[in-house]
Amino acid sequence: MNRRPIVGVLALQGDVREHARALATCDVDVREVRTPAHLQGVNGLVIPGGESTTMSKLLDFQGLLDPLRERIGAGMPVYGSCAGMILLAASILDGRADQVALGAIDMVVRRNAFGAQVDSFEADIAVSGCGPEPLRAVFIRAPWVESVGEQVEVLSRVVTPTGADRIVAVRQGAAMATSFHPELTSDARVHALFVEMVRQHA
Amino acid sequence: MSNERATGTTRVKRGMAEMLKGGVIMDVVDATQAKIAEDAGAVAVMALERVPADIRAQGGVARMSDPDLIEGIKAAVSIPVMAKARIGHFVEAQVLQSLAVDYIDESEVLTPADYAHHIDKWQFTVPFVCGATNLGEALRRITEGAAMIRSKGEAGTGDVSNAVTHMRTIRSEIAALSAMPKDELYSAAKEHRAPYELIAEVAELGKLPVVLFTAGGIATPADAALMMQLGADGVFVGSGIFKSGDPAKRAKAIVEATANYQDPDVIARVSAGLGEAMVGINVDDIPVPHRLAERGW
Repeated sequence: MNRRPIVGVLALQGDVREHARALATCDVDVREVRTPAHLQGVNGLVIPGGESTTMSKLLDFQGLLDPLRERIGAGMPVYGSCAGMILLAASILDGRADQVALGAIDMVVRRNAFGAQVDSFEADIAVSGCGPEPLRAVFIRAPWVESVGEQVEVLSRVVTPTGADRIVAVRQGAAMATSFHPELTSDARVHALFVEMVRQHA
Repeated sequence: MSNERATGTTRVKRGMAEMLKGGVIMDVVDATQAKIAEDAGAVAVMALERVPADIRAQGGVARMSDPDLIEGIKAAVSIPVMAKARIGHFVEAQVLQSLAVDYIDESEVLTPADYAHHIDKWQFTVPFVCGATNLGEALRRITEGAAMIRSKGEAGTGDVSNAVTHMRTIRSEIAALSAMPKDELYSAAKEHRAPYELIAEVAELGKLPVVLFTAGGIATPADAALMMQLGADGVFVGSGIFKSGDPAKRAKAIVEATANYQDPDVIARVSAGLGEAMVGINVDDIPVPHRLAERGW
């Protein structure tokens, strides 16, 4: 693609600005997406961190749910961090019965899996596709991926305090999700990886 | 694959508040109200003993909620649960941390426990939000470890005027710092009674280094949108919801207006047919010693 891709950030609630800032370092045009009209013409979409149940309700209220499902179904690249990961899941554990699962990635996600805010943490982790240097990952009341389908590529795992091995970053086709918040650090490697996916797709 | 994990870091504490931006945090006194708040799309609930309007009407000493009520609220909802501790009451804060609430509000709405010292919030893993009426007060709270600030307003009134004043004050004091020659920041630090390093950081960023919500007197969807247009990152609503005629409907409308704060068509639509707003009191009619915003310094 010759022109700069336009990457949207779903701007209903959450840390929209932080994602926009990270994307701005990746040579793309950034657009906030609040309405179906905003969604038209973006080449990819980031679903930020925030409260997944609130975003679910607002997706419905804004009339964005069906257009978003359509775009994702048609292969638009999407990336979700934390709440965004929950929204991209095929099914959600410990969620509300009425919350949205867009099914962009064939995975079961457990909400608030690492515990309450006192258990939120940061750690150095390796993320496949982001080079050999570890990445400082910030987990805030974070979900983890309980299980994935065969088509899903696991990009990163962490070991929980109880010794369990949990998936925290995944990719399937043009969709990617992380339990953690790369937008809260100045390291834009995850965003660069997503932008690369957007460029390849466009 | 992960190695050393660090909990309770500044990034983790401030980051939690970043995730609440654009959202509405609602005061609740029990699990039933918490459920209504979550159903309406609140990003978090705030547990307290009595909503500010009742504290004002009934008087007496207002304290941290009963731990049973907090446990009940935590069990009823999946969104973050915050709870209020009295200013300076670090043992209430220890209790709330032990109950694993997600955020503590060291709040002037409760009766202060200490008129000289706020809680040393650096000693805690759980993050704190504190109220402020101006920039210096906000920076003093951040110095003590607050990871989120809310403008105070005047709680329990349904009168948005103080929330407006406090938000405008904070924003204009920040703007003044940003426009100031660097060599004047030293005396600005003195005037604001805040550390020079924080003053310099605010001047550079053009904003607080933490998320800034608004609180105190927000009663309608238009009030919430007004505060967002004035620069709030999100909204606390206290008595405004559960002291109104139809709490579930009003709560949902305030969530929708906050998300669409720049769209008057949406605000008009969600403001219609909400039933009675909380009756309210004009802040001017409250004798100064009974104004909650005067608590804390």
